[in-house]
Amino acid sequence: MSKVGWIRLAIVLGSVGLLEILCQSGVIRPLTMIPPSRMAVELWKLGASGKLAPPVTKTLGNVAAAFILSVVFGFIAGLLIHALPRFRRALDPLLASYYAVPFFVFYPVLIVIFGMSDLPIIIIGFLFGVVAMIINTLNGLDRVPTVLLKVGRMNRMSALQTAALIKLPSAAPYLFTGVKLAVAYSFIGVIASEFILSGSGIGYDIAYAYNNFDNRTMYALMLFILTTVTALNMALYIWEQRMLKRRQGGR
Amino acid sequence: MAASVETMPDAPKTMRDIHAPVHASVAGVTRIFPAVGEQPPVHALGPLDLDLVKGEFFAVVGPSGCGKSTLLEVLAGLSAPTEGSVTFEGQPVSGQVPDGVGVVFQEDASFPWLTVWDNVAFGLRRAGFDASEITRRVDYAVGFMGLADFAQAYPAQLSGGMRQRVCIARTLVLQPRLILLDEPFGALDQQTRLLMGDELLRLWRETGATVLLITHALDEAAMLSDRVGAMSARPGRFIELVETGWPRERDSRIVSEDSFGRLTGHLWSLLREESMKASGHQMGRQK
Amino acid sequence: MSAVALDKPANATLRRWTDFFLLIAGLVVVWYLLHLWAGEVALTSPYETVAKLIDLLGQAWFWPHVGETLLALFYSLLIASIGGLGLGTLLGIHRLSGQVAEPILVALYALPKITLYPLILLIFGLGLSAKVAFGAIHGIIPVTIFALNAVRNIKPVYLKTARVMRLTPLQAMRTVWVPAALPEIVSGQRIGFALTLLGVLLGEMFASQQGLGFLIINAIGLNDVPVIMALALLLALFAVAVSSALLALDRKLHQRS
Repeated sequence: MSKVGWIRLAIVLGSVGLLEILCQSGVIRPLTMIPPSRMAVELWKLGASGKLAPPVTKTLGNVAAAFILSVVFGFIAGLLIHALPRFRRALDPLLASYYAVPFFVFYPVLIVIFGMSDLPIIIIGFLFGVVAMIINTLNGLDRVPTVLLKVGRMNRMSALQTAALIKLPSAAPYLFTGVKLAVAYSFIGVIASEFILSGSGIGYDIAYAYNNFDNRTMYALMLFILTTVTALNMALYIWEQRMLKRRQGGR
Repeated sequence: MAASVETMPDAPKTMRDIHAPVHASVAGVTRIFPAVGEQPPVHALGPLDLDLVKGEFFAVVGPSGCGKSTLLEVLAGLSAPTEGSVTFEGQPVSGQVPDGVGVVFQEDASFPWLTVWDNVAFGLRRAGFDASEITRRVDYAVGFMGLADFAQAYPAQLSGGMRQRVCIARTLVLQPRLILLDEPFGALDQQTRLLMGDELLRLWRETGATVLLITHALDEAAMLSDRVGAMSARPGRFIELVETGWPRERDSRIVSEDSFGRLTGHLWSLLREESMKASGHQMGRQK
Repeated sequence: MSAVALDKPANATLRRWTDFFLLIAGLVVVWYLLHLWAGEVALTSPYETVAKLIDLLGQAWFWPHVGETLLALFYSLLIASIGGLGLGTLLGIHRLSGQVAEPILVALYALPKITLYPLILLIFGLGLSAKVAFGAIHGIIPVTIFALNAVRNIKPVYLKTARVMRLTPLQAMRTVWVPAALPEIVSGQRIGFALTLLGVLLGEMFASQQGLGFLIINAIGLNDVPVIMALALLLALFAVAVSSALLALDRKLHQRS
């Protein structure tokens, strides 16, 4: 690992260590936060008791569905919007302010329409994720060099072939950013919905534990979410770096 | 404004086959870009006529912004002329690039996500050749362009000159009968340009294709081509078509010949005033 | 030909606005169709929503909630934009710190920070400080990331030029660093604004008895769809107005460079 990598690791481990010491020594009261090591133990116990699997399956399943819908629809919508410059100019201010509107306020509306199923939650996660994908698809398509599109015309490729074989790979670094954000936003949408009104899922269980002063379960679940999201992101980050290294000659 | 065909005073007799059939032609072509926002419409090109004879090497020189690249795009079918007609092998060119025409662009057009080998194979795969034929042609072109050691490398790992060779090889494997080159060596240093020029000549002789080369370098045009079209400042028209008179077997060593110096000198005398016009024009446009 | 050229700019601006209003009209139509499809109980019509919003705006009790949200937003934005700008600039200037910090920041950016709301509540208790903290943690990270990249990506040749001209550090800062980095910094502030507002509203929903977020969660509890819709409309109008202004500034600065 590089020097930068070691420093980074030291900082992360140092922060966790500091938190551990502060909690153990009582500077941070146990009512506020339990030590990180304790969180891990509680998470392990929760997993062993079999109480972790159902909410995790539920939440991750919904996130996965919302994420896949976001990426697929986001890319297709991005392609279409990019092909309509006038529409896009009008749409831009709306896209730019999209994330300031907390879409999960519509959760109750969706429940009335679709009933108390997973669908409203998936839709909220999708609504959160899809715009990040659209914005980054547009960004990527804006930066496809015109000369590459001319190569496409030279080879008499159809619009579909050009999209799949030139635009998609050329915009890939930006699409990747969109994919990473779609993961993050799908999680936010799904978990926020579970917090607000739902009878299951990790978000619900955290809120339930909080209301019952069950700090051990609460922090174990929080640890689970944070480590899962971070691990997922790191995996995507490493994959992305490998791709970029190849394309930018290891700069 | 008919272009006068004139031979250099002391140049050797032309070695180009003037009786060969016309391969591609441009007749009465103009290109006017419509107004965009606050910019008024731009009359970029023409009216202009040009007949390319089968198998000749034709270079176009002219001041920057004179519409050289526009001419190439019109000839390639990448953009439609405002007026006039373009034909290739007797067929009108409109809307799409005709089969048998290859273009090499000034900008780096290699695909950064594909290896050198896959870049070169790109067009063949689109055209639906079978695997063994693709392998045969790509291996040959990669070798011909001196890329064999880098076949599995990605473009980002190569120098600018090598990347341009990838693009040339990618065009070459399709065995185009008309090759259009838009300042392909524009971003390269002078020595590399001379060597790439040699390779271009070798390629031209081996394929027997008709070549149209756009360049801003007078020496490059003088060294490589059978005929040089000198263009005026915008709207671009041919001021003169100059016969170079070089033999078909030639290479960059001709730069040391006296007639080469006279040829570039003549081209510069044609273009000096136009270039001044063009750069003054551009300065006036900047606020 | 010149007359056509003179007409153009006015026409282009006019057309942009027409396009924008056509789009808004289209969205209202879609909304109305959804209303017809889903029914009165699920989704109030555009007209009723506007009427409800005007009704709310006329109520005396409503305005303290608006004021509370704006106050929390103001403090959060102050922390997020100034804190993020300062932190990002330092990380951008000190290359090694920037390299170390960037992936950590990106990882933090991607965390669903809403998960942390019990922690924020346990630290700050119910009230303004919890909301501000929630808004600030949402906004500060994108502002920092953009400022970091803005400063780090200033072309070295500009800085060399500043040295050749023997500018003092202060002059160099004012005439080279700030103008060169400004477009990206404004982009960061724009995204920071949207997320700070989101964070404040989330904070109000879970950690407050005051503010628009509180009114929303209350309405959700009562399943009072007209109020939910009216508040969502108000927030959307506010967010779009501020974002459009920042976007216009952003565009202008990016065009220049």
